[in-house]
Amino acid sequence: MPPTERQLLLDERAFARTLYRMALDILRQTPDPVPLVLIGIQRRGVELAVRLAALLARETGSEVPRGALDITLYRDDLEVVGPRPLVGPTHLPVNLDGRVAWIVDDVLFTGRTVRAALDELADFGRPSRIGLAVLVDRGGRELPVQADVVGERVPTGPGDKVEVFVKELDGRDAVEVVRGGGRP
Amino acid sequence: MSGALGKDLLGLEHLSADQIRLILDTAEPFKEVSERAIKKVPALRGKTIVNLFFEASTRTRISFEFAEKRLSADTVNVAASGSSVVKGETLVDTARNLEAMRIDMVVMRHGSSGAAKFLADRIVSSVINAGDGKHEHPTQGLLDLLTIRDHRPIAGTKVCIVGDVLHSRVARSNIWGLLKLGAEVAVCGPQSLLPLGIEALGVRVFRRVEEAIAWADVINVLRLQLERMQTGYIPSVREYYRVFGVTMERLERAPRDLLIMHPGPMNRGVEIDSRVADGPHSVILNQVTNGVAVRMAVLYLLAGGNPELAEAAKGAPDR
Repeated sequence: MPPTERQLLLDERAFARTLYRMALDILRQTPDPVPLVLIGIQRRGVELAVRLAALLARETGSEVPRGALDITLYRDDLEVVGPRPLVGPTHLPVNLDGRVAWIVDDVLFTGRTVRAALDELADFGRPSRIGLAVLVDRGGRELPVQADVVGERVPTGPGDKVEVFVKELDGRDAVEVVRGGGRP
Repeated sequence: MSGALGKDLLGLEHLSADQIRLILDTAEPFKEVSERAIKKVPALRGKTIVNLFFEASTRTRISFEFAEKRLSADTVNVAASGSSVVKGETLVDTARNLEAMRIDMVVMRHGSSGAAKFLADRIVSSVINAGDGKHEHPTQGLLDLLTIRDHRPIAGTKVCIVGDVLHSRVARSNIWGLLKLGAEVAVCGPQSLLPLGIEALGVRVFRRVEEAIAWADVINVLRLQLERMQTGYIPSVREYYRVFGVTMERLERAPRDLLIMHPGPMNRGVEIDSRVADGPHSVILNQVTNGVAVRMAVLYLLAGGNPELAEAAKGAPDR
């Protein structure tokens, strides 16, 4: 295995600045007064949705509902990878019909998670529009999926890893890229 | 990760505590799926499951069928009556013929102890034991564990199984599962309905139901299996109720609130008082609800999984 190299992509201040920019971007792309809902993808997407909802509430002065989605059961690769332990609950606080739903995730890579999330959301209701907001877009798409709001773009190879840390789970906010560490 | 449980689920006796915990933990999020407006996820889409029931069953068969359908599997029900079994086909021939139609799993209930293992050793498809004779009924054991865990930690909890332990596969699966997860287990019933040497498993024996109630945190009341008793196990059903019935009067004297469980179907007024079955401490219907979630978890964990591919894909970045 080649030696790995770890790069800091976002430190704590850059992380906070990036989230704030994403919140403003979400607002700009959501026509007023359509009600919003933020849906975080388990695991770290859920924490990011909580943060974004708080920032949006501060900007708009009104509460923004947020939910959590575990897409494990909607994956298309059960045959290949075998069943995975489910990581967390799915919980949608409001009826999605007619709302603008924003899917929030930490890293956008192949696009397969987003495809699964779209399928799952369709079983819960019919939002008037679904947007995608990701903290990091690392390229490498296998499906025609693009994010509407991107915090940071970083080109990566298939052997690289992008690691997102959040205070709630990891004790610090940071994004790091590990070059050549992952399996190709 | 089919290695997590192996190919089949035949009983709890040979599972590790970690494997049992994995099933219970996996069942938690499946509870929520059954609360959705659209009670269906695509996890087992394209899988074919045969429910092969050689003995009568309502609850277990329907529970498995709901679990399969909520995971999007295709299901076929085969009952022994009305199938080639009545024409003298052997179990293995029946299963091989089903397999020739390219199925993925068989859920089987059979009157003979060991039938599930017999079948599992001879076919490629996964086999889930839905009750084999007096041997095991693992998914019932698991749903009982999940129901207890909903109310209190299993380790250290005192569970007494009351009634016809001798004929009960539910009792056996419960005893294995509870002991592995650190519960204290006792049985109580007429001597004629307790298996010889059951103490050797590490199980206490109470001769009087009053003592069992005074000791336990959870009472699991078993059905008196009158259809399996040809001769003289008990003097009469009335006598049984008088001596071993779990009644309101007996529970009122308990030093603490007990959780009351019953695997169903109940004989009201035989092993359990109607007022107890419908009372505030009864979790009998919670058991039924949990049954679907546990069976979804088992199906999900056994499904899919080419282990070599799984190994290769492990840790593969995929977002």
